[in-house]
Amino acid sequence: MTLVKVYVTYKKSILDPQGEAVKKAVHGMGFNDVEDIRMGKYFEISVDGDSPTVKEDIETICDQLLANPNMETYRYEFVESEEV
Amino acid sequence: MKFAVVVFPGSNCDKDLFFAIKDGIKEEVELVNFQETSLDGFDAVLIPGGFSYGDYLRSGAIAGHAPIIPAIKQMAAEGKPVLGICNGFQILTEIGLLPGALIKNNHNRFICETVPLQVMNNQTQFTSEYEADQVIDIPVAHGEGNYYCDEATLKELKDNDQIAFKYQADINGSVDYIAGITNKEKNVLGMMPHPERALEKLVGSDDGLKMFQSILKNHMDRVNQ
Repeated sequence: MTLVKVYVTYKKSILDPQGEAVKKAVHGMGFNDVEDIRMGKYFEISVDGDSPTVKEDIETICDQLLANPNMETYRYEFVESEEV
Repeated sequence: MKFAVVVFPGSNCDKDLFFAIKDGIKEEVELVNFQETSLDGFDAVLIPGGFSYGDYLRSGAIAGHAPIIPAIKQMAAEGKPVLGICNGFQILTEIGLLPGALIKNNHNRFICETVPLQVMNNQTQFTSEYEADQVIDIPVAHGEGNYYCDEATLKELKDNDQIAFKYQADINGSVDYIAGITNKEKNVLGMMPHPERALEKLVGSDDGLKMFQSILKNHMDRVNQ
């Protein structure tokens, strides 16, 4: 099995009120050097990495479900399960 | 006229919509489970508010892949009225029947109050019983009602008169104060405010009733043509 790590984040132009709230709390902790915090989503997908369509399948899953292209972008990486 | 109200796991305004049709305009209405695959025999479909699938992933994202969705898309393609309210609006953007997306309110708070809306286009089958530019009082109840689209999409919405309702103030960060939009063909409407909660003066406002009366009147006009 192969592990696919998918990261979904807001596009730069999108306001992230949750990230803003977290940033304010971090400033409240005294870490005033922190300039910005953006929240995103992280998925771990276990899949048969030898399948010839695996890359295409992951992109379809991201495009059609995990990310909304109107406001989000995503990136992914394959990790062999031995390394997990 | 026969209405379908689609019920997803986590829908919570389905019964309000049911009674808006049954008691508000006294027409035929059925609750349709999300696992159904056909809307044959219905003249209009209503997608209710609530928190389908607990808003997991994104509001409306998982509902957008439910078995009933192709039938909703087919109704839209046939030119029949498709109305999504609140979570229903979020689902309509997720399945691409309406442009843009609904993101978290810019102030991070859930808002629950009756707000004035301006009718921006009273030439649609959802709004024809309202006066042009009429201001109506309709409740909102959402945490993710901040309408977002890019500049090009906003221009398209304006050029095609697709903006149906606007807020009178910046209540959630929505682009151009947008509260509700239609598709280009004007037979799909999505809106964050809840007309089905404004059917009787006793509960604060009956301004929502005219939306359901509009849908009915336009349907009867088409049938009688």
